[in-house]
Amino acid sequence: MTASRPPNGAESPVFDTDALLDDPGTRIVVCCGSGGVGKTTSAAALGLRAAERGRDVVVITVDPARRLAQSMGLHTLDNTPRPVDLPGADAGTGRPAGTLYAMMLDMKRTFDEIVEAHADPERARQILANPFYQSLSSSFSGTQEYMAMEKLGQLRQSGDWDLIIVDTPPSRSALDFLDAPKRLGRFLDGRLLKILSAPAKTGAFRLIGAGFGVVTGIISKIVGAQLLRDVQTFVTAFDAVFGDFQERAEQTYRLLQAPDTAFIVVAAPDPDALREASYFIERLGADRMPLAGVVVNRTHRTATQGLSMEQSLAAAEAVAESGDHALAAAALRLHAERARMEAREIRLRERLTAAHPGVPVVEIPARPEDVSDLGGLHEIGEAMGNGGFQSRTGGNGVSG
Amino acid sequence: MSAREREGHQGRVRLHVVTGKGGTGKTTVAASLALALASGGGRVLLVEVEGRQGIAQLFDCPPLPYEERKVAAAPGGGDVLALAVDAEAALMEYLEMFYGMRRAGNMLSRFGAVDFATTIAPGLRDVLVTGKATEAVRRRAGTDRRRGGRDGTRAPFVYDAVVLDAPPTGRIAQFLNVNSEVAGLARVGPIRNHADKVMETIRSPETAVHCVSLLEEMPAQECLDGISDLNGIGLNVGSLVVNMVRDPLFDARTLETAAAGELDTEALTRGLKAAMLEQPEERSRQLATEITEHARRVRVEAAIRRRLSAVEYPMRELPLSSDGITRDGLYDLAGLLREQGMA
Repeated sequence: MTASRPPNGAESPVFDTDALLDDPGTRIVVCCGSGGVGKTTSAAALGLRAAERGRDVVVITVDPARRLAQSMGLHTLDNTPRPVDLPGADAGTGRPAGTLYAMMLDMKRTFDEIVEAHADPERARQILANPFYQSLSSSFSGTQEYMAMEKLGQLRQSGDWDLIIVDTPPSRSALDFLDAPKRLGRFLDGRLLKILSAPAKTGAFRLIGAGFGVVTGIISKIVGAQLLRDVQTFVTAFDAVFGDFQERAEQTYRLLQAPDTAFIVVAAPDPDALREASYFIERLGADRMPLAGVVVNRTHRTATQGLSMEQSLAAAEAVAESGDHALAAAALRLHAERARMEAREIRLRERLTAAHPGVPVVEIPARPEDVSDLGGLHEIGEAMGNGGFQSRTGGNGVSG
Repeated sequence: MSAREREGHQGRVRLHVVTGKGGTGKTTVAASLALALASGGGRVLLVEVEGRQGIAQLFDCPPLPYEERKVAAAPGGGDVLALAVDAEAALMEYLEMFYGMRRAGNMLSRFGAVDFATTIAPGLRDVLVTGKATEAVRRRAGTDRRRGGRDGTRAPFVYDAVVLDAPPTGRIAQFLNVNSEVAGLARVGPIRNHADKVMETIRSPETAVHCVSLLEEMPAQECLDGISDLNGIGLNVGSLVVNMVRDPLFDARTLETAAAGELDTEALTRGLKAAMLEQPEERSRQLATEITEHARRVRVEAAIRRRLSAVEYPMRELPLSSDGITRDGLYDLAGLLREQGMA
């Protein structure tokens, strides 16, 4: 192969996902990464793998495309964990099979449930009917991330599962997922809402003094008096019930820093996805959140070793000139294309491992067909457990 | 709408919104479309709204500020300018432009209202960023920008076209339908008026939404779902762009036999011998494995292409560049989009 050898230290350890899943001390696995890298599929495959290895697992997905449902052979997923039929469970595999449940986060439903659980019926009715609450609960960015964390906290507390796997919301960036819960909490407890909700006669209002009238005046001028009134009504009802929302957000945030939580960063072998992965790794480190490893999804490795792109193209030209052997010429061109792609992916991955030496990495080969059933998920889980087909230096990839 | 009517209609489009699932290369398509539209002396603005600085990376220039600046010259004397819209800066600009209240903006900032408008409420954020893009579409030379151009002004438009590198398809209908988002919150008032004005441009025949897909299951499904969402809210769908298409290397019969695992490995071995490769038998078996995988993939891709071509919108195709997209590569893609009548 022509791919250059990585500099010393750029080779990363193999990410042993089986060891992570088998460890009873692992209670929460969070899959994160940018959109389109196969996060949902990875989360589902890890869930299935863990269940096959004896854990009682629940997978939470927040992906609105219902892909997890499809790949798990379920037609509907909703806000309650549903059991997934595991074909291997009664086939006598020799292993004590665990159980697998899956659910899809419904952020409005989750928020409504929090309101219903904490407010008296009359107050709950008021909050649920408020137009501002309806927007907040169904479409505000940050709500989905917040509710994913809220649900995670609930499931963790229920103690019904010994492993929870979370597929994170399709945020614009890593920052969004980690910051959104705090941001929503900060907003709900924030100075702005306190001002808006403060009745004129309270001490809080007097402290703020003249600022109050100016700020509400400006806001009213921009958004209109009606929206301002809706917000004020909402905040008054909400505040009476919840008190410190930010405290709740910080609690769920701390859950992510717990020693029994493990983050898995999922990436695809393209520059954007790997840049985002790199950013995520740094961010997790800065926030003291435990990174278990990186999954580089859908990589391409040739089945033919030791035949470089250049050799292959030269050979293809040689046979094409003879006018015969069209099949061989095309086969060699296909191989050249694959060898080039492989070299490029290895280069990209080396950049990641050079920037983050020591972070375990596992590669999952791209499949000709998309995953649409448990069989496919099983194979992906197996590839993860086997260390994928971890590439060695120089690109002598071993076919899985 | 007949194909001919649509092509005529296409000619009037001045706001091109490009969407696609993450990883489909929509920024690349948006950038090459901007180059294609600017070819022959046009002036095109390429707008980024997700703060990813993907345009700067593609054009190999430093990160874009909140300012329209030239990023490339198009063939035949055209210019492509780019702008990265930042929601907070757009809010400040909005306050300044419509109320002369930049100081008020600073005050709101202190009280957390800016955080609220730009990051917590996507509806308001979307009003701000789409507001900026549609303002550029309407802007005319020599007019007072504070007024956003008066009706009846006949000065030429500042931009022949605006290309918006939009959020992913899963969120596109919600993003463009800022009106309904805001309507749920503000029934009257300035924000509502602003949203109405944005919607007027987005709903007009001047706007077309292009969906980028790959020949892969999930992107194609998201693309089809996105198109049906856009139809549902009455927005104009432009083209379907199938990106990263690979050249066919084998004829249909070879692919069929390969997919079935019945490839003639002896013929392959003879060819490899003729090419003087070592260990031709072993190589032949390995290459056959690659061809079989490839053939299965091609079969999946053909089925996806059939599903995509069933929609009534024109379908354009762009080739895969296995080494990634370079600045020069954008010009090639722009040429291909022009050849296919997209610009």
